[in-house]
Amino acid sequence: MSSEAHNHAHENDHGHDHEHHHKDTFITKYIFSIDHKMISKQYLITGIIMGIIGVGMSMLFRMQIAWPEESFKIFNILLGDKFAPNGVMTNEVYLALITIHGTIMVFFVLTAGLSGTFSNLLIPLQIGARDMASGFLNMVSYWLFFLSSVIMVISLFVESGPASAGWTIYPPLSALPQSISGSGTGMTLWLVSMAIFIASSLLGSLNYVVTVINLRTKGMSMTRMPLTIWAFFITAIIGIISFPVLLSAALLLIMDRSFGTSFFLSDIYLAGEVLNYQGGSPVLFEHLFWFLGHPEVYIVLLPALGITSEVIATNARKPIFGYRAMIMSIIAIAFLSTIVWGHHMFISGMNPFLGSVFTFTTLLIAIPSAVKAFNYITTLWKGNLQMNPGMLFSIGLVSTFITGGLTGIILGDSTLDINVHDTYFVVAHFHLVMGISALYGMFAGIYHWFPRMFGRMLNKNLGYVHFWVTAVCAYGVFFPMHFIGMAGLPRRYYTNTNFPLFDDLANVNVVITVFALVGGVFQLVFLWNFFHSIFYGKKAEQNPWKSNTLEWTAPVEHIHGNWPGELPEVHRWAYDYSKPGHDEDFVPQNVPMKPGEEVLHH
Amino acid sequence: MTTFLILIVVALLAIALWQLTKIFDLTQVGSRVNDTQVADDNDNKVNGYLMFAFLVFIYITTIYCVWNYGHFPLLSDSASEHGPLVDNLMIISLVLIFIVQTITQALLHYFAFKYRGREGQKALYFADNNKLEVIWSSIPAVVLAGLILYGLYAWNNIMFVDKEQEQDAIIIELYAKQFGWEARYAGTDNVLGKANVRYIEGVNNLGVDLSDPNAQDDFASTELHLPKGKRVIFKMRSQDVLHSAYMPHFRAQMNCVPGMVTTFSFIPTLTTTEMRERPAIVEKVANINAIRAKNSEKLVAKGEAALEPYTFDYLLLCNKICGASHYNMQMKIVVDTPEDFNKWMKEKQSKTIAAAVKVAAAEAAATEAQAAKPDTTSVTTTKDTTLVAHSTEVK
Repeated sequence: MSSEAHNHAHENDHGHDHEHHHKDTFITKYIFSIDHKMISKQYLITGIIMGIIGVGMSMLFRMQIAWPEESFKIFNILLGDKFAPNGVMTNEVYLALITIHGTIMVFFVLTAGLSGTFSNLLIPLQIGARDMASGFLNMVSYWLFFLSSVIMVISLFVESGPASAGWTIYPPLSALPQSISGSGTGMTLWLVSMAIFIASSLLGSLNYVVTVINLRTKGMSMTRMPLTIWAFFITAIIGIISFPVLLSAALLLIMDRSFGTSFFLSDIYLAGEVLNYQGGSPVLFEHLFWFLGHPEVYIVLLPALGITSEVIATNARKPIFGYRAMIMSIIAIAFLSTIVWGHHMFISGMNPFLGSVFTFTTLLIAIPSAVKAFNYITTLWKGNLQMNPGMLFSIGLVSTFITGGLTGIILGDSTLDINVHDTYFVVAHFHLVMGISALYGMFAGIYHWFPRMFGRMLNKNLGYVHFWVTAVCAYGVFFPMHFIGMAGLPRRYYTNTNFPLFDDLANVNVVITVFALVGGVFQLVFLWNFFHSIFYGKKAEQNPWKSNTLEWTAPVEHIHGNWPGELPEVHRWAYDYSKPGHDEDFVPQNVPMKPGEEVLHH
Repeated sequence: MTTFLILIVVALLAIALWQLTKIFDLTQVGSRVNDTQVADDNDNKVNGYLMFAFLVFIYITTIYCVWNYGHFPLLSDSASEHGPLVDNLMIISLVLIFIVQTITQALLHYFAFKYRGREGQKALYFADNNKLEVIWSSIPAVVLAGLILYGLYAWNNIMFVDKEQEQDAIIIELYAKQFGWEARYAGTDNVLGKANVRYIEGVNNLGVDLSDPNAQDDFASTELHLPKGKRVIFKMRSQDVLHSAYMPHFRAQMNCVPGMVTTFSFIPTLTTTEMRERPAIVEKVANINAIRAKNSEKLVAKGEAALEPYTFDYLLLCNKICGASHYNMQMKIVVDTPEDFNKWMKEKQSKTIAAAVKVAAAEAAATEAQAAKPDTTSVTTTKDTTLVAHSTEVK
């Protein structure tokens, strides 16, 4: 296989020589580009735009939760007279907002925006390849993602409202427009958008896997790959395994909705009449959904952890601690992630015996997760930490990953899940462990690789402000949220005022919302920094962070094929930071071993 | 007014941002001009100290929340027999979590502070240590094994009801629909009649199969009454979409799924009156009433009706998104002493669903007879036996 890889590399070399003869037009360079670096920028910018929509929505509904049924001009401006008459948000649009917020953040920002951006940027550059295995498929993958984003955004403007059955779209609520108005055209568009999204994700993932297996440069053995690549590689594999299951669930749901089948529906009396459906089960849908849904958590999180590993090692000027243990934990987490989906369904009505099994497998995941957390902490120990914004976000990630992960011990335990299931405790848990952590991973990646992407530096001081305000607000939002969750406050309630029982929690909700609004507004700092620096940032040098990985050996100026001339050859692993016997505190991977230099099991 | 306030907030935020950036700029005055946008010693120092401050922030947040919000979590005063088992495990897990959280966050942020970069400092080349890896995989493994065992023991106790317990239990159906609850009691025979949504007609809104002999003494209630000290087995059905029957004070929850019957069971241990007298509940209710009184003042000032004072009641809430009014789908639960419960049952027993259907049919027949005197013969009640292939057996 390795000789094949070399042949391929050679072909690419050859192709590269001819590149100079034709000029890229605007369209082939910026729009229908097949260059992985350009595609990664497209992913990033689309992801950021979707992120603005998703975070904006959360700010709106947080205002409704804190000040229920109060009139805000901003509601009327953004939602219109129909959804916010006199500036009061309606209960229907509240559900639509939480549904689309969840969908956009999980799939469009943290799956495509994070994994799409950095897999595309880093896989070829860090393994020393000219481009992805198939540049064309890569382009198709992005444009399908773009199309699905457009459809999802369009669904916000249909008359009956966007999908509003929760991002988990459990039938029958999502299947029957009589049960909620968002399950009409809005849900159809949601399903179409997601089906296209899944196609995009699969094309992307297949490309990543093939590229990592076949196009590694000379000397880049699997155990010399940076942990980022390991994370992207394994993420792509679990994506390939689990996304088709969601596609099947979506297709079956489309059948139920439009063609009268009864896969998920049975014995329903709605709006004064008995419906014809017989013999299906909503629990089947839950199984299919969560068979993707749980691995999805790790599809979101693993790339963030991979990025963090790289950023922490570089900025700590130390090798990542326990490189092999890190790889083993990524693989263990990926494997376990496919057999724990039932912990979302302890009280769904499935056999309680299955609950026991899923409790067992779920709590097992804590072990590789703990290993990762401890390894990060040990990497910091006796380092020489360079507090660049990317590093701050990485440390922040480890912190929220621990805080959010620990409460998983409660939710993964079927006995305890009975009373906190679907309360704000769950919301706090998963936002910290996958939402905030993955966002921090994404920010860490953006701050760290911005010079590589745009040839310019982000302003570090704005980066510090961005990080510290975000970090304080993230805890300010989600730490108190655990407490109202354990008090039994259900999520997805438009207002809690119908329950005097919860009146004493209203103040906490105000605190949470204020933190959320401040945190949300301060993301403008990032947006300004990002878009301003693309054009006016300080010009970057080739290797500003003094990093070991191959992407920093390529010239700042982007060229198709990444390296002029020969591809770099790899002689060592990616983590020779502060290695004794070297003058500098970093030794790039393409530097040959000195005679007699100690090889650390690689 | 609101617009003005929002403008002020935005302006203040902008100023805060400007000042913050300035602080960071000022921290660099005096040192050699560095515009590489790569962190220098000064940045490392400032952010290292901030890391330490952030650790303090995490601790203060934790203490503040525990101090001020610590009485919210449902960790004591459960009203069911399995409640203390759950609460106990919850407390053990929480203590464990707080310990691990305190230690790991301290290490993380302290290291970030302690080893902040300095010119000339060299990091330790420390890449691997199998002993350490083994230690920190096995400690969580052992601790988790304990938690898993306790959890599974409790789970089995709660979810599996054996034959013997079933015999002296009372069986109640919880029926969910958009957006309300109803309870169906099995009556004197303690066996619920078969039911299916296809039988729904008129007053028979739970779809009870009236040809089933077991269904004859079933009666419905919009308030859930439970006897103290007796096992209750809930059979849950849903008429339309997924709902979840959440009874937080009993540490009980189960989804209601259209097309199938789900089940949950517990033994209530405190009557509503006893619960109201619990010190924690008394305090909670007083606190809530103080808040309500304050809110009422504002409402009255605006010319709206004041809020009613709150008295504690057990509640059944819907906890699975089920449509636009999901936020207000509740039913009052009353736990009675066995004597009171029996009295209530006696009162209710005469008002069976079967009787109500008969009355309704008779009334319909009477009105129809009046409307069209010539052909009274066509009035029938046979519609009950419509095309139901197999009614869902509620057993």
